[in-house]
Amino acid sequence: MTATTGGTPLTTERRRLVQSLASTVSVGRRLRDRVFFGLLILSLLIALVTLFALLIDTFLTGQTRLNSDLVQNMPSGRPARAGIQSAIFGSLWVVGLAGAVSLPLGVATAVYLEDFAPKGRWYISLIELNVQNLAGVPSVVFGILGLAFIARGPFSWGFTVGTGAMVLTILVLPTVVVASREAIRAVPPSLRDGALALGATRWQTIWRQVLPSAVPGIATGSILSVSRALGESAPLLLLGALTFVTFNPDGLDSSFTVLPLLIFKYASDAKAEFHVVAAAAIIVLLIMLLTMNTAAILIRNRYQNRRS
Amino acid sequence: MSEVSVTPEPTTVRPEIHVRADTAADGAEEAEVVLDVDQLSVYYGAFRAVRGVDLKIRRSEITAFIGPSGCGKSTVLRCFNRMNDLIPGARVEGTIRYHGIDLYGDQANAGEVRRRIGMVFQKPNPFPKSIYENVAFGLKVNGIRDKAEIEQTVERSLKRAALWDEVKDRLKTPASGLSGGQQQRLCIARAIAIDPEILLMDEPCSALDPIATTRIEDLMQEIKVDFTIIIVTHNMQQAARVSDRTAFFTTEINEESDRRTGVLVEFDRTEKMYSNPSDIRTENYVTGRFG
Repeated sequence: MTATTGGTPLTTERRRLVQSLASTVSVGRRLRDRVFFGLLILSLLIALVTLFALLIDTFLTGQTRLNSDLVQNMPSGRPARAGIQSAIFGSLWVVGLAGAVSLPLGVATAVYLEDFAPKGRWYISLIELNVQNLAGVPSVVFGILGLAFIARGPFSWGFTVGTGAMVLTILVLPTVVVASREAIRAVPPSLRDGALALGATRWQTIWRQVLPSAVPGIATGSILSVSRALGESAPLLLLGALTFVTFNPDGLDSSFTVLPLLIFKYASDAKAEFHVVAAAAIIVLLIMLLTMNTAAILIRNRYQNRRS
Repeated sequence: MSEVSVTPEPTTVRPEIHVRADTAADGAEEAEVVLDVDQLSVYYGAFRAVRGVDLKIRRSEITAFIGPSGCGKSTVLRCFNRMNDLIPGARVEGTIRYHGIDLYGDQANAGEVRRRIGMVFQKPNPFPKSIYENVAFGLKVNGIRDKAEIEQTVERSLKRAALWDEVKDRLKTPASGLSGGQQQRLCIARAIAIDPEILLMDEPCSALDPIATTRIEDLMQEIKVDFTIIIVTHNMQQAARVSDRTAFFTTEINEESDRRTGVLVEFDRTEKMYSNPSDIRTENYVTGRFG
């Protein structure tokens, strides 16, 4: 170290100081740093490689059947002619309805809990506790609930699209509420103060300032919820979605089937040709998920860009 | 040691100003009282944060609240536009009369109160929208729909806040792109757009550099003709520069609970407060012996 500082040559004291600055971190500590970083990269790689291995395997298995026939044909006993159209439309109907109902309900509940509910009352704490608990309940429980009360029991809607959509709504609602609450809570109080100080009512403040600010978080929450709903099989199994359905739903009272269950049916069939169809169907499911997620991300980004 | 500076003459071109019919001229006659505060105490739950405040705020004057930290200046200020309603457990005793109407009475709706008594906060808090939308927001939530009227009011408010020239070419760009001083002037423009009678300013310059601070102090002198201003400030020199009257608050320690309660020590014309205060505590504060 022969650098000079400020034009004056280094004294031994200064030289020692500069040297110690350069090697403040001992060799041992630097090595530990590198090892830690290496472990992080390794974990990331394990996750990514596993995911890609599965994806590539599925793609290679199913690619021969990945054509328009798959989407245009209905399920059939003959593997060469088997398609998945009824399942695609069944999924779109049921999940679409569930999303359309759970999103406004969930956001409204979150708004109430955050901005209108009197804080600290026992019944409010009870509601909050239950909402958070419900988010962790295994989905098959909702299926049993739907079977007992909606398909049969008081509602008696039978094994229909309406039943499936309602059960999925209940299943997905807690997640939407929790995610929306986090998003609303993340809006800084200074924003609310600024709006209220101009004479805005509580509702005006929420509708015009808080909710628009919370859209990115709410959009993320709804992506997660709808994606989960698309992949649900256990609850819908209990609601009759595994029946051999060869038509698209045409109303709330139709029978239906969904993609995950049809994949399961094909994948567990004795004939190996059906497994190929199952793999192709998995790819279709993934494409649907990707499309929905991308749409929601685009919405989120558009809101974020408009505001900064 | 303490000096009162001469109020500078505004040098910018005055936009169209409507003169209020009963604006009192400077001189022996006192201006009309717009806010009459009578034995105001503020409680957070069981804790009394401020006790026994008596004040009269007069039209077209700038009143400064000064005092050490935690003595209740901002708490009292926030009572004037009912922002304390937002704090759970906050409670007010005593009365605050706005032109004779009790602000906390049955006749007063919080939103309507805030429309007439506006506020500028310590940290500039522009909405994450465009500059235009920021100023227009107050108009829209108060029912003004006519686009032409909104445009005119936005321009007028930005001019009065001495911000128009700097932003007129980029009204639709996000407000977050402005500097701190510009953002605060935007918040002032936003507040005056709805034409309040009183403007509350809670340490508006504490987050700004000295040059931005000076611009806002000049702005206050310009707009005080139309708006009665109450400013909370930690800066004694600022209070001396801008205000007509000053209220000095301090804290008293409650022997039993060992907690501090804010009290109003003295309230008088600024010249008197700084040159010849009546209370020894005021004297100690303004001469810098404490705080």
